[in-house]
This record gives sequence, C-alpha cells and structure tokens, in this order.
Amino acid sequence: MTEKAKSTAKRTTGKTSEKSDAPVTPAASDIPSERRAKKAAVTSTGMGNAREMVYFAIRNRKLVIGLIIVVFFALFAIFGPYFAQHKPLAYTSPPGHAPTLSHGNYFGTDYTGRDIYAQFVGGLRLLFEVGLIGGSIAAVIGMIVGFTAGYKAGYVDEILTMITNVTLCLPVFAVILVISSYMPVKGVVTEAIFIGSISWPWAARALRAQTFSLTSREFVSLARLSGERSWKIIFKEIAPNMSSYLFMMFILLFGGAILIAATLDFIGLGPSGTMSLGQMLQYAVSGSALVLGLWWWFVPPGLAIMLIVGGAYFMNVGLDEVFNPRLREM
Amino acid sequence: MRRYFARKLITYGITFFAAVTVDWAIPHMMPGDPIAALVGRLGVQDQATADALYRSFAKAFRQDIPLWKQYFYFWQSLFHGDLGISIMQFPTPVTTLISRSAPYTLSLLIPAILLSWYVGNKVGAMAARRKGLDNTVLPISYLLTATPYMWLAILLAWLFAFIWRVFPIGFAYDATMQKGWTWAFIVNLLYHWFLPFLTLFLVSLGGWAIGMRNMIIYELEADYSHYLEALGAPRRLVRKYAFRNAMLPQITGLALSLGAILGGALVTEIVFSYPGLGFQIFRAISNKDYFVIQGIFLFIIIGTLVANFIIDIAYVLVDPRTRIGMQGGQA
Amino acid sequence: MSLQIENLKVYYRTLAGDVQALDGVTFNIADGEIMGLAGESGCGKSTLGNSLIYLAGRMKYVEGRVLLDGKELPVWNIREMNHHRFKDLSIIPQYAMSAMNPTRKIGKMTAELLESRGIDSHAVMPEFKRRLDLVGLSNDVLGMYPIELSGGMKQRTVMVISTLLDPSLLIADEITSALDVSTQKAVAEMLVEFRQRGFVKSMIVITHDLSILYQVADTILIMYAGKLAEKAAASTIINSPRHPYTRLLISSLPEVGVTYAGKRLTGIAGTPPALLGPPEGCRFRERCPFAFEKCLEEPPFIEVEPEHFVACWKEV
Repeated sequence: MTEKAKSTAKRTTGKTSEKSDAPVTPAASDIPSERRAKKAAVTSTGMGNAREMVYFAIRNRKLVIGLIIVVFFALFAIFGPYFAQHKPLAYTSPPGHAPTLSHGNYFGTDYTGRDIYAQFVGGLRLLFEVGLIGGSIAAVIGMIVGFTAGYKAGYVDEILTMITNVTLCLPVFAVILVISSYMPVKGVVTEAIFIGSISWPWAARALRAQTFSLTSREFVSLARLSGERSWKIIFKEIAPNMSSYLFMMFILLFGGAILIAATLDFIGLGPSGTMSLGQMLQYAVSGSALVLGLWWWFVPPGLAIMLIVGGAYFMNVGLDEVFNPRLREM
Repeated sequence: MRRYFARKLITYGITFFAAVTVDWAIPHMMPGDPIAALVGRLGVQDQATADALYRSFAKAFRQDIPLWKQYFYFWQSLFHGDLGISIMQFPTPVTTLISRSAPYTLSLLIPAILLSWYVGNKVGAMAARRKGLDNTVLPISYLLTATPYMWLAILLAWLFAFIWRVFPIGFAYDATMQKGWTWAFIVNLLYHWFLPFLTLFLVSLGGWAIGMRNMIIYELEADYSHYLEALGAPRRLVRKYAFRNAMLPQITGLALSLGAILGGALVTEIVFSYPGLGFQIFRAISNKDYFVIQGIFLFIIIGTLVANFIIDIAYVLVDPRTRIGMQGGQA
Repeated sequence: MSLQIENLKVYYRTLAGDVQALDGVTFNIADGEIMGLAGESGCGKSTLGNSLIYLAGRMKYVEGRVLLDGKELPVWNIREMNHHRFKDLSIIPQYAMSAMNPTRKIGKMTAELLESRGIDSHAVMPEFKRRLDLVGLSNDVLGMYPIELSGGMKQRTVMVISTLLDPSLLIADEITSALDVSTQKAVAEMLVEFRQRGFVKSMIVITHDLSILYQVADTILIMYAGKLAEKAAASTIINSPRHPYTRLLISSLPEVGVTYAGKRLTGIAGTPPALLGPPEGCRFRERCPFAFEKCLEEPPFIEVEPEHFVACWKEV
C-alpha cells in the first residue's frame, strides 16, 4: 500500500474509532457469540493503546485470578514430573494407599499399585498438549473459514456457511466416537486433530460476524479501492483489529478441547499407552474406586480440569473487559 | 421465510446424507472382522460348520455382495426401519435395543435440558440486575460449566450414594423390584434417576446462566432501553423487554448445546450404569458391536436433526425480525 | 413554561480524570421559545441535552440548578427525575432510528410504556393515531414492527411518541443529522408545527447545522468547548453575530448562488481545546484573531443588547 493511502487509511481509522461509540442495530442473526462479536467489533479498537491495556489488565481481578490458576497448573505440569518417584503406569507401589509422603506416593496409589501423583502430573502435561494443539487447529480452521466467508460474502459465503452449519448440526461427538473406534492405536496429536476438526464451527460463525462488521468500515473499502489483494487486506487491515477477539476465541477453544478430550478419554477412546486425566477417571470408575473409597484417585483429575478450564474462562471474561472499554466498571 | 426454511432443510438433508454415509462405513473401516468374531463367540469346533456359519452370517449381514450394493441396501433397510442385528446380543435386533434404552436417556435429557435452560435463564437474569448476586453467580456458573460431566457424576455418586447413603449407586431400578406400573416401582425409578439427572442439570445450568446474564447486559445497553429510560419507564419494563429479547439467542443456543449435553449424558450413564443409549454405546464400543454403534448413532443423528428443526421453527415463531425481514445472509 | 439553567456543570468520569464537558452554563428559555443549540462536535451540546433528561453512565453532576416553570428539577437524582420525564420534559434521541424495541409492535410498546407510567393507554390512543396522521403515517403503523418501517418513518414515529404527553420542554438531539436534505426540511417544519398545535411549549434543538436553525429556531445558542459563546435571536446570530467564534463560523459557510473561483473555502484554523484539564480563561483564545491579554481571564456571559448575550471581552 502506498504511503499516501496508508496515512489516509490511518486517519480514517481514527475517525472510525470515534464513531465506534455510535449504536449498532442488531442484525437478524442472534447467536450469542455473534451478537457479542458485533458488539466487540464496534467497541474494540484492536490493540489500540497498549499501555492503557496493561494498566487495566493488571487491575482486572478476573483476569489475574484466572491467569494465576492456569499458570500454576501449567508450571505444575512442567515441573511436577521431576518430583515423581514412579512411572505413571508402573505397578511399583503398595495398592490402595491414601496420600502419604512415604514411598513418594504424594497423591496415594490406585488399587493396582500405581502412583497417582505420577499419573496426575503426566495427565496435566497431556491436558495442556491436547488443549493447545486442539485449540490451535480449531482456531486456525475457524479463522480461515470465518474470515473468508465474512470477507468475500456472496457465493463463497453461502457455501462456507453451509459447510459450517452441517458440521455444527452433526452430532459431532457421535462422529468422533465412530472415527475413533476405527483407530485403536493413536497418539495425543491425533486426538487433538480430531478435536480441532470438530470444534471450529462456532468459532467460524463468530469470526464471520466480526468480519462482516469490520468489512463494512471505511478503511477496508479504502484498501479495496486502492487495489489491495484480498488476503493482504485480511491480514493487514482486518486481523489487527480482531486480534484481541481472536485471542479470546482461542482461550475458549482451548478450554473446550480439554473437556472434549477428557470425555473421549473417559469413554475409552483416548490415546493409547498414556494415562491422561480422563483416563484416570475411567480407570477409577472401572476399578471400583467409589466402592473402595479411594477418593484421592478420582478427585484430583477432575478438580484439575475444572479449575484449569474454569480459570481459562475467567481469564476470558477479564480480557473482554480489558479489550472492550465499554464493559469496564468505573 | 420460505427461503430460510429451504436452506435449513437443505443443510439438514446434506447433514443426514453425510452422517448416514459415515455411519454405514463404520463396520467396513473397523479393524478386524466382525463376522469372524461372532462366529468365534459361538465356539463351534468343527471347521466346516464354522465356515458354513460364517457364510450364512455374511449373507445375513449382507457382507457377500459388492460394497456399493451394500450401501444401497443400507439406505433401503433404513427406510424400512431395519437397523440390523446386534452382534454381541445376537439375535436381538438393534431397534429393540434402542427402544429399550432410548426412554431412559430421554428421561434424563429432556428434563435436564428444559429445566437447566429455564432456571439458568432466570438466574442469569437476576445476576444481570444485582451486582452482589452477580459476583457469586458468575464464578460459580463458570466453574459449573467447566466441570467435566463424568467427574461431577462421580462426585455426586460418591457423596450421595456412598458416604451418605441417600441415593442408590446405579442402574435404573433395584434388581429386586417387580417391573410394572406400580407406585412403588415408579418411586424407585425416580430414586435411581435423580443423581444422573442432577449431574446433567447442574453442569448445563452454568452455561445458560452465563449466557443469559451476558445477553441481558447487552440488551440493557441497547438504544431502545435508553429510550425507555429517557421517557421515564420503570426499571421493571426495561428489564422485561431486555429479558424477552435476550431469550431469542438462548433459543438458538439450545440447538448448539445439544451436542455437548449428549456427550454428558453418555458419560453420566456410564458412571451410574444407567441403561440408556450412552451405556449401550459404551458397551458396544468395548465389545466391538458395530451394528449397535451404527444403529444408535443413526438414532442420535435423526433425533438431533429433528430437535434442531423444532428449535428453528420455535425461533421463527418467536422473533418477528426473522418472520418479516429475512433477506438471505445478514440483514 | 420557562427554563432556567444556572451554572450547570456536568463532567464525564474517565480514568485520566474528569472531562469538563459542560462547564458552567447559564441561560434562560422563555415560554414557547424554540432555541437552537449549535456548536462543533465535542462542545457539550449533547451533554447539555442529555443531562437534562437522564444523567447516564459516565456523566457526573457537579453543580448547578435547573428550574422548569420555577420548580427545581433534581437532575442529579435519576429516580426522582422520573416524575418529570415524558410528562414535563421529553427527548427525541439521536438514535431515533433504533429507539424502539425491535421485537414489539409499535402500538403495543407505546401502550405498555404509557401504562407503566400510570397513564391510561386507551385514553391516549386516539390522540396517538391523530398525531400519526398529522405527520403522514397511517394508523397501520401501530400494528407493525420497527423493522417494517423506513428510517424516516421511524424518526417521525419517535417524534410523535416522545411528544405524546405534551411536555413543556422538548429536547431534539441531532434529529436531522442522519437525513437527506428534503426530509430534513420536513422534519424541521414538523417541529414548528408541534409547537403551533400546542403539543410542545418550548424546544431545545441540538444540531451542528446552522442552516436548519435559521429556518426553525427563534433563538440560537452557540457553545464552544463546554462554555457558552453567544445567544441571540436567530436572525441576529446569522446576520450580525458578535462573538469572534460565531462570526468565523458564519463567514465560513459558503453562500448559496455564489460561485467561488480560485478561492479556497476557509474554515477556522486550529482545533478546540481538550476538555480534560482545559486552558485558563477564554477557551477560544488560541484560535481567536482578536485575542489580547484580558482573554486569559474568563469572559462572563453577559447581555450586551436586549436578548443578546455574548461571552467576549471585546464585546463588553
């Protein structure tokens, strides 16, 4: 883009962000994520004032608490295994013991003599792997589909929306079930790919709505007029304005991927040769942990999932307030 | 409006077609030979008899004709309501298995979905009004919605069935009970039903409460709310309008949430050994009973599409904007 | 009715401090007077209009008095102001196009609004229909949803609804800004007609468009950077303004029927001061061609001729 056009675009962007306080009439689509996408498109001005944002970020309780929780578990996942004295799948401890410091069974053992602590920290690592990979895949697909549909509109949009809706309608859980049963041996990455390939539809929808609201703004028309190529416009003009939104979307996908993975693992469709948190729960149920009262076996895994995903959601609410000044309380 | 429904039907049609095709392909993609497994189970010693059995089973399961013909026959049987026969529970037809387990799953799903939706919306609306309430409701709701269903099921089972023996551990009814529509039996059914229901209810509740709270805040900031306030309308009226308008996306949200709660029902049934579709699928996966998996999957697909369609109709009835101004794509 | 505003100050709360959007304004409006309120963006005119009706969100009442027909209006108290809203004073908002609930039929919404204010909607409905007729809308509008109306129709409907209870004071906030020129004329004329028929006693018409005010307003009040600059009869403002800002404003307007060849259209050099920590003295002095040392002291808004108020040391 020529320098002149760039500066004109900058000035227009400035004007547009003033007008962004003007009200927006809700359109016919009323999906919650889409409504919020429209609202976000109107109020957020991208990574506007970075310093102001950091100021707000630090003071936002929800963001800070959520972040602390997630980071805590992430660190636990990274460093925890170094403190494990046993391998997760090794039957090297006295079975059915409550948490104790002796023999290194900090979290106790299961009824076959495997160390819970080792399983737990191993499971945490797997959780973050699946969450990050699965979430990223879903985010990327969602971005591509959403951007393209929102930007190109017309025929392309119709087709992409149809694909999105079909994937949305499909009881994707059932599909995954079926396809997973086909592959008896698989790794974490494969699982993450599955999850990524079914969780993208709602992200695509929301991003499409966002893109629609942004493409109707002047600075994009200007770029188009100056002959800029489509994908360049997407990356240089639209994406920066949506970066905050994309980031929040990723966090939601991250949380969602973790939950789906846990469920898959619990049913028995998890990765082979591993002990993830979902698989711990599976073994706990089939290993009569309830009857035997081995609470240390089933409480920690689910608790970790709940706290990590919950913490991520909290972060998201906080981030929303930081990025969208309108939501901030005075 | 016709265009709106036409598009929806096309989407559903394509989905159905795609899903049925994937569904049909399962046994053919599974490793191992289901027929051989079945024959093996019968434990026939004589090889010739085993071969004969294999051939007849292959015929019964239509494995002896070319693939594309099998696909065609699959659609045919579908329209005749024939979903095949269970391998593990031979010779029970799959449709029988489904009709036995579906009521249990539906008895969990329908009340859980409806109640959690209703209560969640009310709670979310209240939280949107009062800051104090909001500060407690919000974190709790987020934690609830982040809770894995099976974990909550395990916790509830542990607390209420093992530690405080208030509710039974699992299954739909006591094995010792006489089946029949007696009062005692019904009470027993409810007794066993409660914990699984509660699990589904609590986790879904969180999601609805959050959604509603956010939607109401959004509506309260809309222009029409400001106008009413400027004209002195009492908060009551403004809130009433905000609530009504916030409900609309929540209706659409119902359709989107079906997938999640289905998965939740599945794992909850496993934990409580509750004899619904989820439990059946679980056993079928463990035993590689492909035709059962196929059949239940199909049932779920049809059910989901029907539910989606009903929700679409409900939405159009409730939102005047879609009724009047639907101009394909965005307005 | 009469409106007296005494030293009204309304600021906006921001994290960086208070934006002194409306910084001590004092003026009166007589019974039946249509006063135009003009100025550039950010001068405080919308703040003034909105603070009279509903002190929402970030707005903070600092000091000042508002007297309507001799009675004090508790503008700082949102709850108590409710008695007066819609009945004594009303507003046609800037967002009139989206001011009505999209999922409610217009007739039903109005009826519910009236009932909620303790007014018998059945008694008012015939009048409502009559007035809709007056502005050129058929009675079918009552059974329609807002989405079924065009922008202009929605504007007119909101105008009727806002004035349904015959308020003493009507605030019309930028109601012509989003319209084309011929519709602007129609809407402006409608305002005058409302007064003529006694639907409204006095009006404050907020706009940045002086030409509309010339057609419609009796007096014009010019604001600049949160303070009053000049108030006089409309013809006086247009033909013989005395405040330097007003004079520059008027002279920067191109004349109809005159061709400019080889001359550039001059605006007023510079930009208005930031209202977060505004400068001392006269706020226009940085851009004023006549500024001198006295301008470091804030000029009072005084009557230099009958019914002609100016805030400028040069005119004292």
